[in-house]
Amino acid sequence: MNYLVPLPVVMPLLGAALTLLLASRPRAQRWVSLTVLTATVAVAATLLVRSSIDGPLVVEVGGWVAPLGIVLVADQLAALMLVVSAAVTLCVLVYSIGQGMADGHEDTPLSVYHPTYLVLTAGVCNAFLSGDLFNLYVGFEILLVASYVLLTLGSTETRIRAGTTYVVVSLLSSLIFLVAIGLVYSATGTLNLAQLVDRLDALPDDLRLVLQGMLLLAFGIKAAVFPLSAWLPDSYPTAPAPVTAVFAGLLTKVGVYAIIRTETLLFPGGRTADLLLVVAALTMLVGILGAVAQSDIKRLLSFTLISHIGYMLFGVGLSSSLGLAAAIFYVVHHITIQTTLFLAAGLVERRGGSTALDRLGGLARLSPLLAVLFFVPALNLAGIPPFSGFLGKLGLVQAGVDDGGVLAWVLVAGGLLTSLLTLYAIARVWNLAFWRRPHPEMPEPQDSVHTVRTDGVEQPYRGPDRDAHPGAMLPRLMIAPTVALVVLGLGLTVVAGPLFDLSSDAADDLLRRTPYVEAVYPGGTP
Amino acid sequence: MTPNLTYIVVVGVLFAAGVTLLLERSLTRVLMGVILLGNGANLLLLTGGRAGGPPIVGTTDGAEMSDPLPQAMVLTAIVITLGMTAFLLALSYRSWHLNGHDEVQDDVEDRRIMDLADRDEGPGTDDADQPDSDDQLDGDGRPDPDSRRPSAASLAAAAGGRGREA
Repeated sequence: MNYLVPLPVVMPLLGAALTLLLASRPRAQRWVSLTVLTATVAVAATLLVRSSIDGPLVVEVGGWVAPLGIVLVADQLAALMLVVSAAVTLCVLVYSIGQGMADGHEDTPLSVYHPTYLVLTAGVCNAFLSGDLFNLYVGFEILLVASYVLLTLGSTETRIRAGTTYVVVSLLSSLIFLVAIGLVYSATGTLNLAQLVDRLDALPDDLRLVLQGMLLLAFGIKAAVFPLSAWLPDSYPTAPAPVTAVFAGLLTKVGVYAIIRTETLLFPGGRTADLLLVVAALTMLVGILGAVAQSDIKRLLSFTLISHIGYMLFGVGLSSSLGLAAAIFYVVHHITIQTTLFLAAGLVERRGGSTALDRLGGLARLSPLLAVLFFVPALNLAGIPPFSGFLGKLGLVQAGVDDGGVLAWVLVAGGLLTSLLTLYAIARVWNLAFWRRPHPEMPEPQDSVHTVRTDGVEQPYRGPDRDAHPGAMLPRLMIAPTVALVVLGLGLTVVAGPLFDLSSDAADDLLRRTPYVEAVYPGGTP
Repeated sequence: MTPNLTYIVVVGVLFAAGVTLLLERSLTRVLMGVILLGNGANLLLLTGGRAGGPPIVGTTDGAEMSDPLPQAMVLTAIVITLGMTAFLLALSYRSWHLNGHDEVQDDVEDRRIMDLADRDEGPGTDDADQPDSDDQLDGDGRPDPDSRRPSAASLAAAAGGRGREA
């Protein structure tokens, strides 16, 4: 089964090449992207099943033996991340196809969109699977470069402005990562994660702390941890809705994944645990206070995104098995929910002509389906009991109480407060955009190609409508993936038991460290 | 292994210069900063490996070879820096196209909050109208009835005053 491991990286890259060749045939492009991403979901699911039964799957790329060549490792954590991110990217792809077709772009599509999107997927998968610090850097670079292109699509003035900040900040974090890699290599003579386990343990404590600090700094910028998060709400909201959705779901989580991986595998013992906990508390509170102050749905969601990164760091900072398991569960939950919310915000923008709260109103009556599509994941994000957001937070609070330290209790209180404030911010959106009377400036719905009214009544075809954007009916292909993601989010509640067991297994393996090392070096570390 | 001091000093200088440039507002200077920082990081990677002869089997004895791995990594990093330089250049060119400059602008929301803060302190340092420079650009010397040009009007008044004195 090991031959499956490189496929989530190779298939999207090949697909990107193919879609680039098919630049003048948008229909073929769409089919290639859809096929590739569906196959990626299937491969990732297989990897998850195999790695939970047989332990981590390892491939030495090109047949080069481990410390010399590059290894790809699919352990439970990596496979779980792969499954969720592949499923989310597939849904967002369908959504963006729906948006492109409804906007009447069949004959003049942005031919660079599909290749870039697939390259982004390949980068994300590479970062998850990488068993080598430098390969992790390459994975980050692949996904970042693709994200630069996606963020500045169309190169309008606002996107260039937002893109500039994003690119410069990301470049800086990559440089810090590169310098950290250089230092790790000169200190240990290797970059292979499994080999680093022993070699880093042998280093003096102060040197280890410097290396750990530099890696944390680099990943902290990518994960948008509080003092390093100012770039995110500045840049994300300007991009097209599907792009923002996939960024919000995946990119910061890749940073969180890198933090989890390095903190548990390379630097166990929790020397920076207190720092992580303090930063987690600040991320939660400052993020959510920012969200409360916003008057635009997309910006508000960007701030909740930052805020909830704090929950994951909380679990990592506790460095107990339960804390880590809850953090992994929370990452899975948050990837799904945050993406869904941004897709729903895209639908709101389409139906209401804007995402500014003072220009919206009455959407609950105008479009009941849209209201449900926003309401369910919103409550899920805030952590209302039956949903997965509640279960993730419950696990974290339990882990915090078990820890019993002063900081852990502060974090428990902070987590609950953040949850309440999230509910407040979400309720504000709900009241202003959905519940009050329709705003007089709200555009009237128009009929356009390939659309169906949100209450399910088919509309007759009334000819192509090129500028149907404001107030257009919602295209079926945009509704369907959003519904799918909402259902996926609800499904996380249904399968919460097995999923939490899986996260616990992954967390135990991470804390024991030996399964990972033994999988890469069955005959002992060289 | 003791790293070469010259390398370390050069890396330090490159980083210092790069960070200074990175803090500028103009995107072109930021780009220069990124290039310098990238070169510094590459040099640092290279310093991390063992120095020696070319790592080719048959040319150099195994014990005297330099470490080829940092060289491979530096090659990758150089390619990435090259791509990023091209992308940043394109961004700054596009920004110049759209705005006539390539300065990194404030976030709109941030600026709104800054404006609110400024309003407490009275007018800021806006350089909205600069009639003097307008006059210099104009250059055809005709008297302009437009009251937007106080310098021309005051010049005429001053000339009239001198006439009365004579």
